[in-house]
Amino acid sequence: MNLHAVRAIFMFEMARTFRTLTQSILAPVVTTSLYFVVFGAAIGARITEMDGVSYGAFIVPGLIMLLVLTQSVSNASFGIYMPKFVGTIYEVLSAPVSYLEVVMGYVGAAAAKSVMLGLIALATASLFVPLEIAHPLWMLLFLVLTAVTFSLIGFIIGIWADDFERLGLVPLLVITPLAFLGGTFYTIDMLPPAWQTISMFNPVLYLISGFRWSFYESGDVSVAASLAVVASFLAFALALVWLIFRTGWRLRD
Amino acid sequence: MPAERARVPDDAAVVIRGLNKTYASGFRALHAVDLDIRRGEIFALLGPNGAGKTTLISIVCGIVHPTAGEVRVNGWDIRRDWRRTRALIGLVPQELTSDAFETVWNTVSFSRGLFGKAPDPAHIERVLRDLTLWDKRDSQMKALSGGMKRRVLIAKALAHEPEVLFLDEPTAGVDVELRREMWALVHALRHQGVTVILTTHYIEEAEEMADRVAVINNGEIVVVDDKRALMEQLGRKQLTLHLQTPLAHIPEALSRHELALDDDGHTLVYTFATRDERTGVTTLLHDLAAADIHFRDLDTRQSTLEDIFVDLVRDAR
Ligand SMILES: Nc1ncnc2c1ncn2[C@@H]1O[C@H](COP(=O)(O)OP(=O)(O)OP(=O)(O)O)[C@@H](O)[C@H]1O
Ligand SMILES: [Mg+2]
Repeated sequence: MNLHAVRAIFMFEMARTFRTLTQSILAPVVTTSLYFVVFGAAIGARITEMDGVSYGAFIVPGLIMLLVLTQSVSNASFGIYMPKFVGTIYEVLSAPVSYLEVVMGYVGAAAAKSVMLGLIALATASLFVPLEIAHPLWMLLFLVLTAVTFSLIGFIIGIWADDFERLGLVPLLVITPLAFLGGTFYTIDMLPPAWQTISMFNPVLYLISGFRWSFYESGDVSVAASLAVVASFLAFALALVWLIFRTGWRLRD
Repeated sequence: MPAERARVPDDAAVVIRGLNKTYASGFRALHAVDLDIRRGEIFALLGPNGAGKTTLISIVCGIVHPTAGEVRVNGWDIRRDWRRTRALIGLVPQELTSDAFETVWNTVSFSRGLFGKAPDPAHIERVLRDLTLWDKRDSQMKALSGGMKRRVLIAKALAHEPEVLFLDEPTAGVDVELRREMWALVHALRHQGVTVILTTHYIEEAEEMADRVAVINNGEIVVVDDKRALMEQLGRKQLTLHLQTPLAHIPEALSRHELALDDDGHTLVYTFATRDERTGVTTLLHDLAAADIHFRDLDTRQSTLEDIFVDLVRDAR
């Protein structure tokens, strides 16, 4: 195992984050605040309670998941797409690093960044609503699993994409809709039965539900189901990455 | 898989056997390439645009998959023992690519880590100083000139102390001064025992630097030889005689010599192969005197690698 290389890639990617630290922090703070103003304050004034907590508090886990999910995908896809685009990928390809090490470096850095952003968003949210986290360790576990899984997916997108349009396509057409329909702003029993059934096929719903459970001990589905779905989603992403690299797909001619 | 090191001559740095490359497009970029590069030598790969130089280098470095054939670096197979061979190799690519916002220091240190070496600031400093980049260590890549960027790429390639260095057109788009610096650097590296393989379009560069030269054309190696031997073997010399009185045509008495009349009959040009035992110069001069043709001055010119190269590539067509 070439750990020096994993470390080098990880640090290089983190340096990219810290170089734009203000932006990196500002983005989640601003988005979270906006959501709170629009949804928490405006709508929350009419819906007083959901699942036993104030509406403002109810949406916090979903909002953080939304942020972590989209940030993971965009960071990881960008992280591997840029070297391809600029041409600096030659160095990684000629280095004594395995695909596993490349994934560990890039995905690790993207996931670390999103976890950081998630925690910043959490801190921002706590300025608006009083927060209680029933199971902090579970909360962290869900956060990290989500960040890693979606960073892997972002990595795959970054490898697959040939141009910037494709780079934005999957996040736009798949990730964002799934995230919005994943129960951030409502519980699924508020939906018509047909939509409830459809929602059960949305993996993001399980993520948000499990994450919310770690805060308030209540969710759309059981925490075991959440964990199982998150774990299989992670396994699926890993298998996909493995498959891509086994065929040497799209990196080496 | 257990590592297996082939019994190759001790002085073999890179051994290539039957290498073929057909790209996904169906284009055959390399065909049955055999090449031996000795440890510690400076080896020049010459060829026109699209000959397959970059493809060849990319395969040895692990960037492009070979279609068939075998490549060994210091005796290790590039596919079975890829970690070993890649750690031995440094590559300076043809294209100038860099992370615009990264500093010189970070990007060079990154390369060292990527190639599996523990951080060694002293070594990085040495490399940067050697390449006169030390003052620029905190500059972002985007703030550097093209020549400096190229030097940073060299620094990156040297960061992990490679034993074999590939320079893919190191002096393309580089001014004369920097080119001389580059040549000096290559010679210094050779003194440290580094094997240097470079591609170039500039024949004078191969002539100036290389110990041995290979000419590649249409994906095939046309010739590999010691630079001097190549120049002797294929080299031709021209003897130019500046006549006192111009000639309208070449006199009958001189017809057995390979002569050409030039400059409105003011000069007589004699071409001969340097490898020939008898160059014919003496008899020519004798015949000239007998025919009562006198000359004011004479000069000779050795054909350069460039002429040889043009001949070879033309013959191969
Ligand atoms: N990825 C690719 N897919 C298809 N064909 C390719 C690919 N890369 C290179 N080629 C073709 O292979 C041939 C050899 O290219 P290569 O870059 O090795 O040439 P070169 O000798 O380095 O040329 P130059 O002096 O211009 O750098 C060219 O005809 C090129 O078009
Ligand atoms: Mg080339």
